[in-house]
Amino acid sequence: MSALSTPTAGPSHEEGPQPLLVGTGLVLNYGDLRVLDGVDFHVAPGEAVGIVGPNGAGKTTLLNALAGSVTPDQGSIRIEGRDVTALRPELRCRQGIGRAFQIPRPFGGMTVLENVLVGASFGTRLSRRATHRRCVEVLELCGLIDLANRRAEALGLLHRKRLELARSLATDPRVLLLDEIGGGLTDAEAAQLVTTVKSLRELGISIVWIEHIVHILVQVIDRLVCMDAGRVLAEGEPRAVLRDAHVVDAYLGRGGRD
Amino acid sequence: MTTTTAPAPPGPWSVQRSSLASRIGSGSLLALAVALFAVPQILSANIVQQLTSLLIFLVLAVMWNALAGYAGLVSVGQQTFIGFGAYGTILLTQHGIQPYLAVVLASLASAVLAAALSLVVLRLRGGQFAVGTWVVAEALALFVMLDQSLGGGTGVSLQGLSGYAPEVRRAFTYWLTLAFAVLLLVALFLLLRHRTGAALQAIRDDEDAAASLGVRVRPLKFMLFVLAGFGCGAAGALTLANTLFIQPQSIFGVQWSAYMIFMVLVGGIGTFEGPILGAILFFTVQYFFADQGAWYLIGLGLTAVAFALFLPRGLWSLLHDRIHVQLLPVGYHLRRQPTAATGANPRET
Repeated sequence: MSALSTPTAGPSHEEGPQPLLVGTGLVLNYGDLRVLDGVDFHVAPGEAVGIVGPNGAGKTTLLNALAGSVTPDQGSIRIEGRDVTALRPELRCRQGIGRAFQIPRPFGGMTVLENVLVGASFGTRLSRRATHRRCVEVLELCGLIDLANRRAEALGLLHRKRLELARSLATDPRVLLLDEIGGGLTDAEAAQLVTTVKSLRELGISIVWIEHIVHILVQVIDRLVCMDAGRVLAEGEPRAVLRDAHVVDAYLGRGGRD
Repeated sequence: MTTTTAPAPPGPWSVQRSSLASRIGSGSLLALAVALFAVPQILSANIVQQLTSLLIFLVLAVMWNALAGYAGLVSVGQQTFIGFGAYGTILLTQHGIQPYLAVVLASLASAVLAAALSLVVLRLRGGQFAVGTWVVAEALALFVMLDQSLGGGTGVSLQGLSGYAPEVRRAFTYWLTLAFAVLLLVALFLLLRHRTGAALQAIRDDEDAAASLGVRVRPLKFMLFVLAGFGCGAAGALTLANTLFIQPQSIFGVQWSAYMIFMVLVGGIGTFEGPILGAILFFTVQYFFADQGAWYLIGLGLTAVAFALFLPRGLWSLLHDRIHVQLLPVGYHLRRQPTAATGANPRET
């Protein structure tokens, strides 16, 4: 088979569509502490994957590794078969990876519009006019259009979270990494967020979403990954994973006792 | 709860850069710069010399703000370039180059020095960077003190300007300083107005978040470090041209960094206008209180600390927040176009 393929042939096509973003055998140590202990992770085009797990399970670290803010000690990360393990975050963003931080990190001294503009200008290769148009679209989609000229540091939590989402959306990502963007919101606010994330899926954007609020998560995702102690404990159809005995023991059970 | 986010009418929004106020502001700043060129024709040579040192402080403040305010590079070692610019001018004139040309060449050489040093110091972060730059300044000062042809520790005079009458010399030095100040301010303004400006402000506020949005942080830091090397080198060379005599301890002294920090913190860090305000204020304070010795320095320090604690965005923020003044249009504004504001449905017409 390999003799027939041309030397420049891309990655092999196995069953199903080629995954968009793949992490293989990811290991990361902070000093003596092993935070990621051989994690395999993938997300297909248009797929939405949820990640749950107790605090310290390595969820955010996995996201950091996928986004490029930390480099794994072992393992590789590929986007459409291209190895990006050594690529810095700013270049990975241009490869189509967008991320929203757990604690929103707005550019406080800039307006909401200018925050979004940073993503649209540097994460994409659009012309100036198209960049401005994209900002308006994203602000409307995230319900921030009326706050566009407000300084970001003056925003409340809900709007900060929306801005975090809007800003990474402006970079025209193929996959969005979301880190507990529902935390600290009221039920109504969280419901709005679900609506927004669902509309992103309709645009064909893949979603990787870490969230403690499981009933929100299952409204959006196709597949659920449960992590514990730096490993993937279980993954698959969301409701099946949530019924898994290991998951109940490691995560849900522990949460219930709190 | 079904239609939660009230969607704004898909109106014709437009992104705008300048307002009437900012257009008037930039126009009058430009007019002021032109008017300042006429000063030596009108005012006495002594005032011209004072204004020259004000402009030098202005250059220093603008440069330190570019570093700390936008690139997040808190340097306490910019005296490296101040001293290098001054002693570079001495060295060049010793080789027969005309002094004013030597000032320009030494400034460019400072930029080259900054580019070379950046390979080492830009690898350092935060406090390491601050101390690292200071160490470089002290090392350079030691080299100069050991070199007798540069006057050693006792200092050296600038030769080659004795052919000019004092008024003419002061006027030339003033014009050259003003030209440098205008050049650097215009360069920074254009940089901030360009899309790079949004990236620089983003780095100022959160470097990692900026990187996650595709902003290439390292080249921008490099660019500002080299620009600041150029500007501070020019400030040193011009200080020499203004005072005609320098000593290694003072031209490489850390007090320069203290002055820069004071001007930028009091005026408003991370704003275009703040350092200009800070330089004028610092010059005034220095003019009246500099002969108070140690108390003057203590006063400067306490003021800077008070501003950092209680008014972290400086005096300019008061003006900016209260009366919404923006002299120079570096920001972006979203406006709904008039057709949408009338509420008429365009399809009906």
